[in-house]
Amino acid sequence: MGKAWTFGENMNTDEIIPGRFNITIDPLELAKNVFCEVKPDYAARVKPDDVVVGGQNFGCGSSREHAPVAIKGSQAKCVIAASYARIFFRNAINIGLPILECPAAAADITEGDEVEVDLATGKIHNLTNGHVYQARPLPAFVMKIAEAGGIVNFLKNHDVQELMA
Amino acid sequence: MGTLVEEIFSRKAGREVHAGEILLVDVDTIMSHDNTTPLAIKAFREIGKPIFDKNKIVIHFDHAYPAPNLLAAEAQKKGLDFMKEQGITQFFHQGVCHQVMIEEGFITPGAIVIGADSHSNTYGALGAFGAGFGSTEIGVAWVTGKCWFSVPQTIRIELSGVTQPGVFAKDVMIFIAGKLGMDGGTYRSIEFGGDYIDRLPIHERIVLSNMSTEIGAKCGLIAADEVTLDYLKVETRAQGSYEQIHPVHPQYEKIIAIDVSTIEPQVACHPDVDNAKALREVEGLAVDEVYIGTCTNARYEDLEIVAGILQGKTVHPHTRVIVTPASAKIYKKALQSGLIEILMDAGCTVTGTGCGACIGRHGGVLAPGERALTTMNRNFIGRMGSPLSEIYLASPASAAAAALTGKITDPRPYLA
Ligand code: SF4
Repeated sequence: MGKAWTFGENMNTDEIIPGRFNITIDPLELAKNVFCEVKPDYAARVKPDDVVVGGQNFGCGSSREHAPVAIKGSQAKCVIAASYARIFFRNAINIGLPILECPAAAADITEGDEVEVDLATGKIHNLTNGHVYQARPLPAFVMKIAEAGGIVNFLKNHDVQELMA
Repeated sequence: MGTLVEEIFSRKAGREVHAGEILLVDVDTIMSHDNTTPLAIKAFREIGKPIFDKNKIVIHFDHAYPAPNLLAAEAQKKGLDFMKEQGITQFFHQGVCHQVMIEEGFITPGAIVIGADSHSNTYGALGAFGAGFGSTEIGVAWVTGKCWFSVPQTIRIELSGVTQPGVFAKDVMIFIAGKLGMDGGTYRSIEFGGDYIDRLPIHERIVLSNMSTEIGAKCGLIAADEVTLDYLKVETRAQGSYEQIHPVHPQYEKIIAIDVSTIEPQVACHPDVDNAKALREVEGLAVDEVYIGTCTNARYEDLEIVAGILQGKTVHPHTRVIVTPASAKIYKKALQSGLIEILMDAGCTVTGTGCGACIGRHGGVLAPGERALTTMNRNFIGRMGSPLSEIYLASPASAAAAALTGKITDPRPYLA
């Protein structure tokens, strides 16, 4: 169970992590400044199991991988959004940040709600208002990448065929 | 059975696949360039496994080539050292990556080509699946020869009719971007078809696929036909026999029908590509630079149109007019046919090939307060230099007309 941090529509990669902080690719360093302009208290107060909730087209803008890396580095459990920009979606999966697409949850969850997420089934339970939302479950291969900590790490110890096995 | 993108992926997977499925498939070619190769090398080194098949790897130096500064020079040296170390021989520096990929025969109907460049959508013009990826994925593909894909839904854009004189694929595409918006094609495969497409030569089809990126599309496909196969034989090194893959009983998410005969010359105005207007609405706006180049519109036929308008005339004295042929092959042909001489006599600065001024690194950087009219595909703030400059996008004919007058000008009176 964690707390929901909500963000608006079209959150672009610069709002997730401004370009000036992209001189490093260290997740923990990046996490110090994640969302610093749109939600300055996020970085200091986010806890493991908290979830980031966005609207439509989350992660639009540049193709830089720093944005999902920064969110992952902040220890948030996952992102829930109504939809994602294409390259952010791929980058998030490849770096091992679980992301769920669920317009109903994105529209209904408000800042600070207590939320429980089952990544494997895609079930999202809002304990604050009692609502339950169903996202599409993450494909098994996404879970494998997430568990390995990203596709680069996965490939260090596995053959690529094992992804879909 | 399916849309064009489903048909392409079904062949690769060896079974019928549909939108929404996630697949791991062999890719035919893995492209990267001077800008994106360094991070791919980093991912590759971290994985620590050998290259799967170096014949699938193609690396270009085009974004800032020859290196305009020390940083670029160092990055390029690293890239070249890597290629030597790994025995990668498919290395090109003869123009913009996407154009050279086509000329060298890497792009064929049904091929799956991934590129560390967002305009890899260009390859769709020849019936190939082409899409842009981050550098890490390119490094991963070097090791695995594969990539995972989520098969996209398709929006069919049905284009019918004949364009008015002075209206080109660029105008049609800017019009489409204005209609659909910058996220109108997100995640989607855009499939261009209709009788307008059937008659459209490949250099014009390329403009549509190339700019499908601007509306967020994963790919911008045009089914290969006789025109495609002829082009491959005559203009490229691809000399095999290729299947014409077509959509079969496709289920489209949406079909958008446009009668192109209603479209007049268009301009995508600062600062968004979907800020599309009829050219006459912005006619008279002064321009400091006219840039004719890039993977969108610097092919031989584009230069021919520009030279046709500029022949025997002189460009406006206060407007820089820069022509950057998309590839060495195009440059050479334009040299031999006399186009380059016409352009130079008119006062154009003809540069070496490559991306040139497109990303504001060299070859025509904009100062604060300057405005450019260009044949590029993107007008993001600051792309060509100062964030206080403005970029307007238009066809080569409109760019040539502006070169003469120093302001945005209807090209139609200049076209004989
Ligand atoms: S010409 Fe411009 S748009 Fe095309 S590949 Fe080069 S930088 Fe990208």
